[in-house]
Amino acid sequence: MVAFAGLLIYGSLDLPYRGDADNLMHSQRSITDTVVAGNYFIQEAYNDANTPNMVTVVLGDYRSIDTLGEQVVVFTAGLICLLILRRYRPI
Amino acid sequence: MRTQFESPIVLLGSRLLSPYIMLFGIYVIFHGHYSPGGGFQGGALLASSVILIRLSGGRIVSRLQVREFFTTPLAAIGVIVYFGTGIVSILFGSYFLDYEALPFPGGLDPAALRYYGILVIEIGIGIAVMAILVMIYDHMARGEDYV
Amino acid sequence: MTIWREVKIMYDFLLGHYSYWLTIILLCIGLYGIIFKKNLVKKTIGLTILQASVVLYWVSLGSKWGATVPVLDPAYPASDVANYLNPLPHTLMLTAIVVGVATLGVAFALLIATYNRYKTLDEDEILEQIQ
Repeated sequence: MVAFAGLLIYGSLDLPYRGDADNLMHSQRSITDTVVAGNYFIQEAYNDANTPNMVTVVLGDYRSIDTLGEQVVVFTAGLICLLILRRYRPI
Repeated sequence: MRTQFESPIVLLGSRLLSPYIMLFGIYVIFHGHYSPGGGFQGGALLASSVILIRLSGGRIVSRLQVREFFTTPLAAIGVIVYFGTGIVSILFGSYFLDYEALPFPGGLDPAALRYYGILVIEIGIGIAVMAILVMIYDHMARGEDYV
Repeated sequence: MTIWREVKIMYDFLLGHYSYWLTIILLCIGLYGIIFKKNLVKKTIGLTILQASVVLYWVSLGSKWGATVPVLDPAYPASDVANYLNPLPHTLMLTAIVVGVATLGVAFALLIATYNRYKTLDEDEILEQIQ
């Protein structure tokens, strides 16, 4: 386990600095010259949905189908609890 | 629950605290457009206020607040609110879950329509998450008795 | 002077990477709990610790120095992206936390069913009773 931790820490040495605003994830254009998603969300969220909170806009508007699937997952988890713990027949 | 203890102090304290937690949960859901918050967090807060009464009062007292029978239909209603929003926006000539075409009165522009569409689905998420967490707690507390 | 520059570079490197190392240590604690513990409840606790480490890692990847939370404030214009944090990791981790709570509920339901059947939660004793 210590060796595994050492391997992961060795791999993390090449990661970008935390909070560095210049790395590729936060830059304006990606390497293939397309708009990076996070920056598009920051710039256009208020114009698209009239809502100041960007996380809500991303959750409810841009990624709404993802949120629907995730709500179905939560609902299914509740149904699984119901079906496991309710006893219909003696074992 | 196997054993139940009755403590009037705990019951009084949680009865005092529960409506305020519920009010804060509703505030978090409806104020999620302007501050950190939203359906999931507000639903978790609502569920915590219900579960607090269930922990302190037992099954008989908590039946007065939210019955165990109502949680499963409430969860289904939450999912149906979300899905129905998408279907309605298909019926009025737009894509699935694209809120531009929702039939809100008043002749709003697409950005304001998206605002209200996000609000509707946040309410659906809040109802579903609250009902499902309470449902999981109920069946766990009762499933312990089945030997 | 050059020594102080080396120290400054080292300090910046540490400041930029210590959160990754903390999350890696947390991940290894969770993995240790999953692999080596015999009690099923402790395995579930290890799973939760591992999930928390992944959530912290993503959130620390999305941070920027000198930026505020992704709620639009008229004092900071949105045209400059350096003013706000990246909202995408926050959203993904918000959904991940809720799914984690739901799967934790399923795990505990399975544990209750297992305990009702075998009257123990130890892994070896359950294997003995099965054979």
